[in-house]
Amino acid sequence: MHMADALVAPAVAGTMYVLSTGAATVSVKKVREENDPKKIPVMGVMGAFVFATQMLNFTIPGTGSSGHLCGGMMLSAMLGPYAGFLTMIGVLLVQCLLFADGGLLALGCNIWNMAFYGCFIGALLIWRPMMKKGASRVKIIAASIIGCVLTLQMGAFSVTLETLISGITELPFSVFVATMQPIHLAIGFVEGLITAAVLVFVYEARPELLWGIGESETVARKEAKLSLKNTIVVIAVLAALAGGIVSLFASAFPDGLEWSMEQVAGTAELEAEGGAYAVAEGIQEATSLLPDYAFKNSESAIGTSFSGIVGALVVVAILVGACYAFRFFKSKKSGVTAA
Amino acid sequence: MSKIEKNIRELNKLQNLQQRSHWMNDLHPLGKLLLSVIYIFITVSFGKYSLAPLIIMAIYPIFGFIIGELSIKEGLYRMRLILPLVVFVGIFNPFFDRQVMFYIGGSGGQTGIPVTEGIISMVTLMLKGFYSVLSAYILIATTSIDDICYALRILHVPKQIVIVIMLIYRYFGVMAAEADRITTAYKLRAPKQNGIHYKAWGTLVGQWLLRSMDRAEDVYESMLLRGFKGDFIMKKQKTRPIDIIYPLIWTIAFIVIRHVLIRFL
Repeated sequence: MHMADALVAPAVAGTMYVLSTGAATVSVKKVREENDPKKIPVMGVMGAFVFATQMLNFTIPGTGSSGHLCGGMMLSAMLGPYAGFLTMIGVLLVQCLLFADGGLLALGCNIWNMAFYGCFIGALLIWRPMMKKGASRVKIIAASIIGCVLTLQMGAFSVTLETLISGITELPFSVFVATMQPIHLAIGFVEGLITAAVLVFVYEARPELLWGIGESETVARKEAKLSLKNTIVVIAVLAALAGGIVSLFASAFPDGLEWSMEQVAGTAELEAEGGAYAVAEGIQEATSLLPDYAFKNSESAIGTSFSGIVGALVVVAILVGACYAFRFFKSKKSGVTAA
Repeated sequence: MSKIEKNIRELNKLQNLQQRSHWMNDLHPLGKLLLSVIYIFITVSFGKYSLAPLIIMAIYPIFGFIIGELSIKEGLYRMRLILPLVVFVGIFNPFFDRQVMFYIGGSGGQTGIPVTEGIISMVTLMLKGFYSVLSAYILIATTSIDDICYALRILHVPKQIVIVIMLIYRYFGVMAAEADRITTAYKLRAPKQNGIHYKAWGTLVGQWLLRSMDRAEDVYESMLLRGFKGDFIMKKQKTRPIDIIYPLIWTIAFIVIRHVLIRFL
């Protein structure tokens, strides 16, 4: 998700630098107020740790592919949002200079997209409220997955906005968003699982190292434990429900591209004449399960809601299928090479 | 070679470049840092169809790589991380922006090959990406992280951030070597696996995390024993005339290309 210098206009880069500097100033002030001299070396070593961990690949169960940790949420859970944010700034700057991952001008954007959401939204709005009455395995797993998914979605959306406002691409907003968000949904989920696994281990071994855990932490620890598998199932069900509920509120107004077409042509759906068009339209009508995101010949909200769930399932099915196909061809290729 | 080994090797190469004896390495870090930022700022400020003046902006990376005796192959290799997003964003421009700008070739009534605005904007986007990565490489190949941190302190970047950057850089090598050992040990125990199995995520990385936290305590105690009082003491570098003239000449050249030369192209 690192943005390159070429993708941002100077005005956008400047604005994001100002915003990121504001967040950094608050963080520096808060870290100073904490007056804990030990924290600075811990931040440095933790930053180096996150940087090195990003080079470890983790197998994604059932897919054959692998992912890696980003670290914003984990840093906040260990160091708190302010120290975590400053550490992420360090990680991003070193990444940008040493490995050209990101750019000097786009650093403000990258800090905002990856460090701000992960550390402030993730820690202050998700981690802390969930841990207020004490931590437990289930809470840590849920907070990690929700935090990583949500903050990565926000980051990906910001990348889209910053690139489009910069005016360097002709890609329509809807196409750009439709490409960026689902990819980062999968990435966020995997990062959430890895973060959860690490934080649960720390919680079991040395809970005092975790930030924001309430006084009643030891009492909460005795709570009935829910296995990782069950928790993932619960979160998957919640995600499916959320998909269904959120789609009920999907805007009935035309999207950016449709709006533009309506302005230019006077209609959102262009009419095309000719034999080929008629044949293609017939095939499309016959094969589309949920035309215009609802049941055929239905105006009900349930249809819209169902299409949200079906859409999410189709995306997951395609993703799993693609992963298996990738694994199949990869193993075939390696088999040929070995032979 | 694993990803970690590649990164460690890349880091070692950079450190060797930073420590070599070359006049560009001896320039004041603040001037080099500001020059890089100004160059990238002016480069990305060109309009998406301003291809001709943008081509002239190549003079800075060309100068830096030839005079600075840097490997262009190494510089281009650094594009690998940002290239996918840049390509994804730019590749659609020719499909959405089909307004013909000019024709290549064509004679005797034939119009030649049309070049659309979308193609031009895609090429300028790629060039901006290349230039910014190459100029950042020139900076980091001729300036150590300690010197960049020194320049950041002159620019009044808070010492907390600067110290964290220095520590991350110093301990990254140690951590990367440890990550490499962990990966090698894991591969020997679990051959033919693509990455670390999910059942080992928590214990493997968790143990490493706890060891790192303990190491941070040791680092802090060592720093205290060596007289650390909340800030690193950096040797003040003297400013020579060339430290001002070099970035100033380049900045004037960039402004001339951006505001004067652009009218004639």
